[in-house]
Amino acid sequence: MSAIVTAPTVTGPVRADVAIVGGGVAALSAAVTLKKAGLSVVLMEKRLCGAGASGVNFGGVRQQGREFVELPLSARSRKLWDGLSKFLGEDVEFEATGHIKLARSEADLAELERYAETAREWGLDLTMLGPNAVHDALPWLGERVVGASLSPTDGQANPRLVGPAYARLARRLGVDVREHTPVTGATRTADGFVVEAAGVTVHARYLVNAAGAGGGLVASAFGEPVPVSPLMPNMLVTEPLPYFVERSIGVVGGDVYVRQIRRGNVIFGGGSGWRDAATDLARPVTEQSLGGMARTLHLVPGLVEAQVIRSWSGIDGQMPDHIPVVGPSSTTPGLVHAFGFSGHGFQLGPAIGMILAELVLDGRTESPIAPFAITRFKDWAGGPGEAVTHVEH
Amino acid sequence: MNAHGHSEHGLPAGRNGDDPVIAVVGAGPAGLRAVETLAAAGLRPVLIDEAARPGGQIYRQPPPGAERPAEALYGLEAPKARVLHALVPALGESIDYRPETLVWNIGGDRLDLKTARGFETLDFDRLVLATGAMDRVLPFPGWTLPGVFTLGAAQIALKAQGAAIGRRVALVGAGPLLPLVVHQYLKAGATVVAALDVTPFGAKVAALPGLMNEPATLAKGLWYTARNALAGRRIVSGVRAIRVEGEGRVTSLVWQDAKGREHRVACDAVGASFGLRSECQLADLAGVKLRFEPTTRQWIPERDQSGRTSRPDVYVAGDGAGIGGADAAELQGERAALALLQDLGRPVDAARVARLDARLARQARFRAALERAYPFPAHLLAAVSDDEIVCRCEGVTVGLLRSTATGRDAHEMNRLKALSRIGMGRCQGRVCGQAAAELLAAARGAEVATVGRLRGNPPVKPIPIREAIR
Repeated sequence: MSAIVTAPTVTGPVRADVAIVGGGVAALSAAVTLKKAGLSVVLMEKRLCGAGASGVNFGGVRQQGREFVELPLSARSRKLWDGLSKFLGEDVEFEATGHIKLARSEADLAELERYAETAREWGLDLTMLGPNAVHDALPWLGERVVGASLSPTDGQANPRLVGPAYARLARRLGVDVREHTPVTGATRTADGFVVEAAGVTVHARYLVNAAGAGGGLVASAFGEPVPVSPLMPNMLVTEPLPYFVERSIGVVGGDVYVRQIRRGNVIFGGGSGWRDAATDLARPVTEQSLGGMARTLHLVPGLVEAQVIRSWSGIDGQMPDHIPVVGPSSTTPGLVHAFGFSGHGFQLGPAIGMILAELVLDGRTESPIAPFAITRFKDWAGGPGEAVTHVEH
Repeated sequence: MNAHGHSEHGLPAGRNGDDPVIAVVGAGPAGLRAVETLAAAGLRPVLIDEAARPGGQIYRQPPPGAERPAEALYGLEAPKARVLHALVPALGESIDYRPETLVWNIGGDRLDLKTARGFETLDFDRLVLATGAMDRVLPFPGWTLPGVFTLGAAQIALKAQGAAIGRRVALVGAGPLLPLVVHQYLKAGATVVAALDVTPFGAKVAALPGLMNEPATLAKGLWYTARNALAGRRIVSGVRAIRVEGEGRVTSLVWQDAKGREHRVACDAVGASFGLRSECQLADLAGVKLRFEPTTRQWIPERDQSGRTSRPDVYVAGDGAGIGGADAAELQGERAALALLQDLGRPVDAARVARLDARLARQARFRAALERAYPFPAHLLAAVSDDEIVCRCEGVTVGLLRSTATGRDAHEMNRLKALSRIGMGRCQGRVCGQAAAELLAAARGAEVATVGRLRGNPPVKPIPIREAIR
């Protein structure tokens, strides 16, 4: 039998000021900002916008618990979240419900106290709660909790809605958003970049690499390989229940995290899922799901009669030091990176896009991004970092 | 938790350590014929079934203590039901039968089970999926009112509980199940106040030559129709604009006949569904490739005539592998088991395989004609108003789906789910998914094949969180 030959899609090369690889929140926020500044933008996403790490996370909009060097970026993003639904023209279900991190031992509590002390110097105010105060605040808590720290301004949002809403805003503004367009190659020429993708060749003066777990491939193409590995959250959902988990809940160690949406479903996560290399899709892993269910029940015993009706996973990029790469390329003028958010990029996305836009437009940003420089992996001898067992997404 | 698939008496799933573990999911006609064939070859298959007693839906048995004569429950199919029901007791210890066991996930070569004892797992070497089908549900005004059932549920009520869904029952359908349920209800002494087929009469006439491939089955269909007519309940073809009325409970059914005249009948229950859909979530989770079947407008596992799938250790049979009916399911179960035995290098009677293949080919021609006789009435959805609920778990309306499809760039089922919550509830889209795909495609002016399908994720049915700490 002869092979089926499909004629290649013939389209002329597309020219734009900026080419963006990736269709997550950071990429789309950059596209929107750049377009509003008057530049022409082509964005290429291998599947659907917001279907990658931006869309499959827990939905935590959390500053608490981050590496301190991330806090200035996180604070900048938090301001954007307040007006995000209005900005996007669609409700993304953001609520500043607060985020409580629980200590299940004296050692945990000491860690929370140390964190709160330093976080204050970084501008994040946390409220320490003793055992009585935490049980007063969350009377349904079951686990032996010896204390907690509360970040009242943190909250939660619906991750499935944010990316698509950004994509529609970008399109309305005139960004050339191309979905199902995986990038296959990119090079620097004398006057800019040539990006090869399925069905299109894009010529651009600037290139933004916001390709999530694929960000390392793009960086490698420009001679700066980085150790990025896939990371898969393991998320579960109960049937709708009366609303009672008013805060977003995490624990020291991050082995379980719980929130409840107004609709009534309790969403919880813990551990990591499984990536199917053949399809590049991820799926929850039973042991992890059962472990997450057990840990959630210890935390919230009132869920004992609930049924788990749904679960999901997805793929993010994980860096060995668990903080992203954000900043200009060290080898290639006009190229900027933002990838490897290591399971906690959802909250950062809106601000990261603005920072990327500033780097393109001005060559610099007011936000302190030095700790995220790609050069930190310049002499990296090891492979990708160890898989983290638990990340609060 | 038991990671090695040992049954409760601690015996290995195989007869000895060298035998492969063969799991058969579903104890309907396909699964039962599969385990019979495997056991006859000296293997000891594990038969996993959600129900308490074997038979599947078509030959569903009443609970112990509520038995009734097979003739009363299964009509002309009683002899087949009796044979299949007798199989499991006859096979005895030569199979590892696990009733009341839900397979809620498949990861790699492991089944995740929920049993009366809690969560368990079973590692398999070969897997036969005989997961059956359920009714295809379409929204119409009043379909969520208490008192509205699917035709399948109406049948199950009769077979399992010995109860009709109401005292004055109206039955609506688009498939060969309708005359059968009408017949069963009349025979059980229920009052059937209307029997309505949304299929135009002409489609059935045009399909007659193809239906001659299985004259006996065709004759049975005609016999049911004739008996129904003799009992005063002629099936009306080509009805439209079905609407259930009632305040908190069904009180009447309204419809238009083929000439556009409106009719109303008082009733206290309605059975309605529009054909069958394959249950293929487990095949999806197993990584079996699915394909879009244009005649029936649904995604089914890609398979060859023997039931082999894109995954070499997974086989499919029965309605879960594409709607074929109970007789085809028996043949397919046997055929898949023979293919499995061949693949294990066991001797298989070539004449038997050839005979089965010939009968399956005839069944396939009959089925194709049947699908032409009862085309899926996708056109009914065009008339459904925006106010109707399509996903009852999440309360998603037709209007929200349509506006999400056009106004929010949802051109694909998983994106539609993300934005509208369709299929996010307890049923995971098993009830609403196909109607949603039709509505999405229609709203975008696209072919239904192009909007994709809801990707499978565990659990396929709700699982109790409490079992995680047992």
